Order: sequence, then C-alpha cells, then structure tokens
Amino acid sequence: MSFDNAYEALADAHDDSRWAFGTGFEDPLSGVDTTVPSGMDGADLSAYCLMLGDDALVFSHRLQQWITRAPELEDEVAIANIGLDLLGQARLLLARAGKADGSGRSEDSYAYFRPEHEFRNVRLAELERGDFGQLIAVLLVFSTWRLALLQALRDSADPVLAAIADKGVKEVTYHRDYAAQWAVRLGDGTAYSHERMQAGLDGIWPYVGELFTPHEIERRVGVDPSTLRAEFDDVLAQVCSAATLSVPDVEPRVGVSGRMGRDGVHTEAMGYLLAELQSVARAHPEATW
Amino acid sequence: MVNALAVAKTVTDPELPMLTLADLGVLREVSEEDGHVVVAITPTYTGCPAMDTMRDDLVHALRDAGYDDVEVRTVLRPAWSSDWITDEGRRKLAEAGIAPPGSAPRRRGPIPLTLGPAVRRVSCPHCGAGETELVSEFGPTSCKSLRRCRACDETFEHFKEI
Repeated sequence: MSFDNAYEALADAHDDSRWAFGTGFEDPLSGVDTTVPSGMDGADLSAYCLMLGDDALVFSHRLQQWITRAPELEDEVAIANIGLDLLGQARLLLARAGKADGSGRSEDSYAYFRPEHEFRNVRLAELERGDFGQLIAVLLVFSTWRLALLQALRDSADPVLAAIADKGVKEVTYHRDYAAQWAVRLGDGTAYSHERMQAGLDGIWPYVGELFTPHEIERRVGVDPSTLRAEFDDVLAQVCSAATLSVPDVEPRVGVSGRMGRDGVHTEAMGYLLAELQSVARAHPEATW
Repeated sequence: MVNALAVAKTVTDPELPMLTLADLGVLREVSEEDGHVVVAITPTYTGCPAMDTMRDDLVHALRDAGYDDVEVRTVLRPAWSSDWITDEGRRKLAEAGIAPPGSAPRRRGPIPLTLGPAVRRVSCPHCGAGETELVSEFGPTSCKSLRRCRACDETFEHFKEI
C-alpha cells in the first residue's frame, strides 16, 4: 500500500472503506481506559465534561458558519481548521461525559438530541455571528480563556481529561496567536479597521465576566475559572497595547437570577443555532453516515 | 504468516499516503498474543478526520494477512508530537514537496503570545532556498501550514511543529 498522492489512494479498489471518512462514526475514546478515578464523582465529572465539550461544540458551529464568508481564502481555511480542532475536542469531551456517568450516552446523542436548557456552554460561544472584527474579538477572548483553562486542566485527577487538555493546549496556542495577530493587524491598521475591531471587542465584552464566574461543578471537579483571570487580563492587555485598542470597561451581562450558560440559561441566539445544528439528525433520527 | 508488527508497519496515512503510520509516529505499539492483535495509535490532532480510516486500514491490512482478531486502541497520552516523525518520514515528506517540521516547542509555565509572524527557518522543498515566508499557519489539513519561497516564488506546505 504505497501511493504517490491521496487521489490514487482513494481510487484503490482494494479497500472498501476509503470512500468516506468516518464510516460508522466510531467512538473517539475507543480503547481508552475510561474508569473514573477513585474519589471523583462520576456525575460531577460528566457534567464538567459537558460544560467544556459544549463550549467547543457550540463555538465550532459558529466558526463553521464563516465558511464561504471569510475575507480571504487563507482565513477561511484557518477558521475552518480552528473549528475542526474544537469539534475534535468536543467529540472527546462529550464521549467522556457519557462514560463518566455510566449512561453510555454517545457524542451524537448529546449533540443532536438535547434541548437548549441542557446545554452548558458559556454564552460567549453562542453569540450571533457578527462582522469579522467581532469574530476576532470572540476568538481572542475564547482562546485566551480556554488556553489558560486547558493548561491548568493538564493536572486533572482524571487521566482522560488531562490527556484531552494536553493535546488541546497545543492546538489552542495556534488559535490564540491567529486571533491576536488579526487583532493587531486590524486595531493598528486604518482608522476604519481600528473602529470595527474596537466595536467588536466592546460588543462582546459584557459576556467576559461569565467566563470567570465559577459554577459549583467547576469548583468540585475542574479548574476554578476565577483563578485564570489574572493571566487572561495580562494577555489581553498585551494584545490591546500592541493593537492600540482599549480594553473595554462595560457592565457584565448578568443572567436570569444569576443563572447563566453553565446553568443552561442562554441568549436568544442559542435556539436558532441549535435548530440549525440539530435539524438533520432530528429529521432522520435513525440515519447513520 | 508475516508478523503483525510488520503488517501494521505497511499501512499508510490516508491524507499523506506517501508516509506510513509508523513513519508519522502514530503507530505506537503492536502486540500479539494467541492470535489476538492489539494495535495502539495516537491521533495527530484531536479533530483529525482520518482517525477512523486509519483504524479501518489497520484492521483490513491485518485481516488480509490472516489476523482475524484485531483490536485498535487509542492512546491519548503522551500527546502526539511532530518530533515523533521518523527520519525516513521526514525524507519522504521533503520528496513529496512538503517541508518537514523542525523541533516542537517545549514549554513550561505560561505560553508566550506570538504577535508577529512566527520566525522559523524552513527551506523550500522545491529549490532548496532558505528564504521562505509564512502565508498562513493553517493549511489544507490540520497538520500543515502554508509557506512561499522568496527565491522560486512557489508556495508549499510545511508540516507544523506541535
């Protein structure tokens, strides 16, 4: 089995599995020891994995909406790649959730057959797609926060979560650099690009506070996000300074009686997002691909 | 019967078919006991869509060689690094016009921001010139970035250091 290029390999009649990737959509944790470590509550661990998995899944979906809409082909490819990395993280985390609580629920079941109030992502991940400046602002904030979080999670008592984090750190480092470089290019560009970039940052900033507000599950089994704020502020200050942007000073968008994304309370945009994400799977619930 | 390790070593990567999974460092271990073969692989990127195909290809190749009882395990830790690509793999990449990766960064503590284009010494796989520039950190697949040669003007893919 040696080929000069991918097309030759695809056309190889010998192997019937080549024509589609993911024939059967196998369990991404196949063959991984998923025993819950002693002293850790399986239900808590599962709920925590859903939080981090939903952040990645929902934001990945927003990024996918940029395909065919990015300003340049290279950026289209970059945004798609970032979305793919996050989708990969989501697959592992949702699969981990289904094994940790003993339900055996699959990644597809979590992604396609949960109602809105069972999604645990932060609201920043679901925000309506705006202009490119807003995208860069969300990506900068999201990846700076997630990178700090995954770095801390590498020491998790759960070896599966620690391994997912270990890999994620390498990927999200690229995502953060991409967003930071665009923020500098736009912020320190023309007066007009500066204005759009600053508006993007100002518009999403009310959702930043939520990222660092710990949920009790996060305190019990995960990384307490309030411990990540200093690193986040430091990175954002560096980027904003190089980009001649100002770090917004706006009131955080509070939830409903203090309940936010981690409690399943979302913004209006979430319903539309899920309708799109789930429509095919719900119309054909028995389908496999 | 050819031994299971030798069979597994012939299986190629679905997206880089000039390389075997062993060249890439994805194939971690093959063990065989009483006809039961266990193959351990480590994904390059978490979202790599080729993982399922790699699994299928390993099972098919081993089945064709007479091993009916094959189990493919995913090993997540230690995470795959481009440092695991063998010298042979690097040679084959360069021959196919893909610049092989340099050493992966090793970091402790907070990861520094890169605000300008990352400076890397990558030679053009077409003309060999050392003067090349980054076009995009994200290329046609997760594992590659896109660069351009200042001498011959050709664009080429560079396997990313991770």
